[in-house]
Amino acid sequence: MSARNRELMALVPVALLLTAGFAAVFAQENSRLDNVSLVYGAYFFALCLATHVYLRVRLPRADPYLFPLAALLMTFGLVMIYRIDPTLARDQANWFVLGLVLFALTIQFLRDYDVLERYRYTIAVAGLLLLLAPRLPGIGQQVNGAYLGVKIGPLAFQPAEFSKICLVVFLASYLREHREVLIVGARRVLGVTLPPLKHFGPMLVVWGASMFMLVVIRDLGSSLMFFAAFLALLYVATGRFSFVVIGMAMFLVGAWFFASTVPHVHDRVEIWLNPYAHPHKSGYQILQSIFAQADGGLFGKGFAQGLITVPGTNDALLPAAQTDTIYSLIVNELGLFGACAVVLTYLLIAARGFKIALLAADGFSKLLATGLTAVFAIQAFVIVGGVTRVIPLTGVTLPFISYGGSSIVANFVLLALLLLISDRARRESEPSERLGGFALEGR
Amino acid sequence: MNRQIVKLFGLVVVLFAVLIGFTSYWSVFDAKALKEKDANKRPLLEQQQIKRGRILAADGTVIARSVPKGHGAGLRYVRRYPEGALYGHPIGYSFVEEGDSEFEQFHNDELVGNESEFSSILDQLSGGSQEGNDVVTNLDPAAQRVALGDLEAAGHGAVVAIEPQSGRVRVLASNPPYDPNRVPYELSKLNTNEIETPLVDRATQGQYPPGSTFKVVTAAAGLESGTITPETPIDAPGELEVEGTPLRNDFGISWPGATLDTALTNSVNTWFGQLGQRLGEATLFEYMERFGFNSTPPIDLPADQVSKSGVYDAEKEELLGPNDPVDLARVAIGQERLVVTPLQMAEVAATVANKGKLMKPQIWSRVVDPDGRVTKRLDPSQYSQPISAETAEELTTAMEGVVSEGTGTNAAISGVPVAGKTGTAETPGSKACGGGEEENQAWFIGFAPAEDPKIAIAATVECTEEFGNDVAAPIFRDVAETILNGE
Repeated sequence: MSARNRELMALVPVALLLTAGFAAVFAQENSRLDNVSLVYGAYFFALCLATHVYLRVRLPRADPYLFPLAALLMTFGLVMIYRIDPTLARDQANWFVLGLVLFALTIQFLRDYDVLERYRYTIAVAGLLLLLAPRLPGIGQQVNGAYLGVKIGPLAFQPAEFSKICLVVFLASYLREHREVLIVGARRVLGVTLPPLKHFGPMLVVWGASMFMLVVIRDLGSSLMFFAAFLALLYVATGRFSFVVIGMAMFLVGAWFFASTVPHVHDRVEIWLNPYAHPHKSGYQILQSIFAQADGGLFGKGFAQGLITVPGTNDALLPAAQTDTIYSLIVNELGLFGACAVVLTYLLIAARGFKIALLAADGFSKLLATGLTAVFAIQAFVIVGGVTRVIPLTGVTLPFISYGGSSIVANFVLLALLLLISDRARRESEPSERLGGFALEGR
Repeated sequence: MNRQIVKLFGLVVVLFAVLIGFTSYWSVFDAKALKEKDANKRPLLEQQQIKRGRILAADGTVIARSVPKGHGAGLRYVRRYPEGALYGHPIGYSFVEEGDSEFEQFHNDELVGNESEFSSILDQLSGGSQEGNDVVTNLDPAAQRVALGDLEAAGHGAVVAIEPQSGRVRVLASNPPYDPNRVPYELSKLNTNEIETPLVDRATQGQYPPGSTFKVVTAAAGLESGTITPETPIDAPGELEVEGTPLRNDFGISWPGATLDTALTNSVNTWFGQLGQRLGEATLFEYMERFGFNSTPPIDLPADQVSKSGVYDAEKEELLGPNDPVDLARVAIGQERLVVTPLQMAEVAATVANKGKLMKPQIWSRVVDPDGRVTKRLDPSQYSQPISAETAEELTTAMEGVVSEGTGTNAAISGVPVAGKTGTAETPGSKACGGGEEENQAWFIGFAPAEDPKIAIAATVECTEEFGNDVAAPIFRDVAETILNGE
């Protein structure tokens, strides 16, 4: 079966799952089955089908599983958000459409994505400016003590979602060029392999940018996500594990220093370590997140059967259920099995992403695919780890599931880039379409 | 670079495995502990959406029921207690904000219909919504009303009445009472009332000096261990020097060559003090423990709301064991640092009444599902056998003397032989009594009819200037009569 046919086959169960999910929510809330769920399922399938046809034309050899997997995550998100508030689900559906449009535009105009290398410094600066934007007077917005949002007129978005792509593009390009010198120029000092001093500077800049985010934007989650992606790329580019260790040490020292000086960051760590200190104030969100999971058990309470607000009131029982703690709601209603399905979906996306990196022929493609996959996987880890108390809870979105336009649009752009790399990698490894189409299938 | 990419993927696998690990921990392995956290209102909120079952008295009187409020997603049930303060103890309350207590807390699973994870899945599949079961108690409304009424006339205190052969709790009253319907409005006020402490169930949590009622335990230990027989004479002087302080009999009367019947009938302190010393600490403590002292009573109430009885060291904040130094003669007459709950003393009376066998006291009787089927029924079970039937019979004879001709004549019921024991522990300067110098803890424990006991009762009144026979024995009589008449 060709790649695109496999994609089509995979989209059918996803659409059915969405239909079944909506049907379950309807049945629970209205005690009856409604053909509206069929209509929603049909809309969803039509959108996926259109995207699929577009991919069939533009990127026939691109990885067949990534788009259905992303659609599967969207299904989880749409159903859960609909269950929280149908109005929010309508927004989310609109953003899904917008995300698909940008997905298509990216594929249309960045078919030759090497062009990104040429503008890498411009892209890096754009990325940093995006990060800084929330602190600018007039357009910046503070949410829960962190500066994450930007509002220009009616348009509000979270620039960190886009800036992560910019920074990965820059790092992939920079490391592609300098990886040789980073490896060759490395010296052993006191038994530790250090990168050459000359190239240490740019690394420090990245470290500085992460620390800067910690202090200025006060967002531990994004900072962690960016720096981890940087270390992952540095490791893949140079093969020097010691660089990673040094980088990690620098991050921990910096984070420790700022955690003790920046109150917001300090609070986040303190809540993580002692959530029961103020169970009704600062510790409320993480505790409620865990309590919601405890209620889920193995199989969950079922769609629309969990509690999000205190019955009869509007008091939040699971704060930020549509964004930060949506994973906890999934555990609550779909149980440990549902949660495993979500985490496995992310793992499969990561597996496909890294597979693309393995197949890619040139260094930039390899590093770009690695970086995009890594930042995506780490983002999922940071927020799921946050609501399960593996790490401090921060306001990062759960890719493709959380409510929020920026997150969805940015992640569809990320997905488009991965598919572009994938298509080229497979095209180059198959010299002729007609010859290879049959013989090399399934390699 | 490919090798590094594979390794990086390996790291992602590990990280995601950690996520699954933590999720499993919270959702499955630690779930039970999390559901019991104070900060976690979910279990109560969810239960509030379930129609909680009713709690009924033995005759079907509704003690607690749930009424619906709101509708749709906001539908919830609120607890109502039609009988008000009458069953505040031992039934307790169950509200979302304020939590739950006593019987409501202990029988929560039955009341909300919590079955196993498996059957709740079946429920979900079949579309049935969870509904609670009714729990029928053994409580006797008439006797409970008499007990509380008498207590309210006499003072703070408690009454516990147990059916000796089955352990069924027929009365469990504590004064001052509280109305559970008021809990959502004035819990903090009820909680901070240091003098009245209406939320304390004195029947199960009151820690009172037992006074002479404890002599029943000492006598049981003496007879059962073979230290004495009913015929063994002990010279009991009017005053006996023990540990540097004289131990006195009432009015300083001396009882030369007294046997058990005489000693118990007249509550002779120096007789029992000497018996305690003859028994030795190990033996006396062994029998105390057989009666349930030093353990949480096996009643169907939350363990943290039932106090243990024993010799309590206030400084160490713990109950003393057989190897700790105690003034044994004074322990034997219910003084020293001995504290007991009314429930424990009712168990002592019930044991003597039931031929030496102590049955587990139980408030519940049966569980009835929403379709009216009885799904569980109390199967009376024995907790221990502290003494033989023979010893119990000998004790009964002595205890009958107390009521017929001794210190407990006010407990007598016309036409029904009663066995019992009075107690009056002096509690001068007690903080609970406002520091008065003439304050007593008055007791009566006993059972009736003596030869075929239907009910065993402990009644106690705090902070009274009167004696056990004056205030506690009449309560015993009224409650026993009510129960016997209702048979």
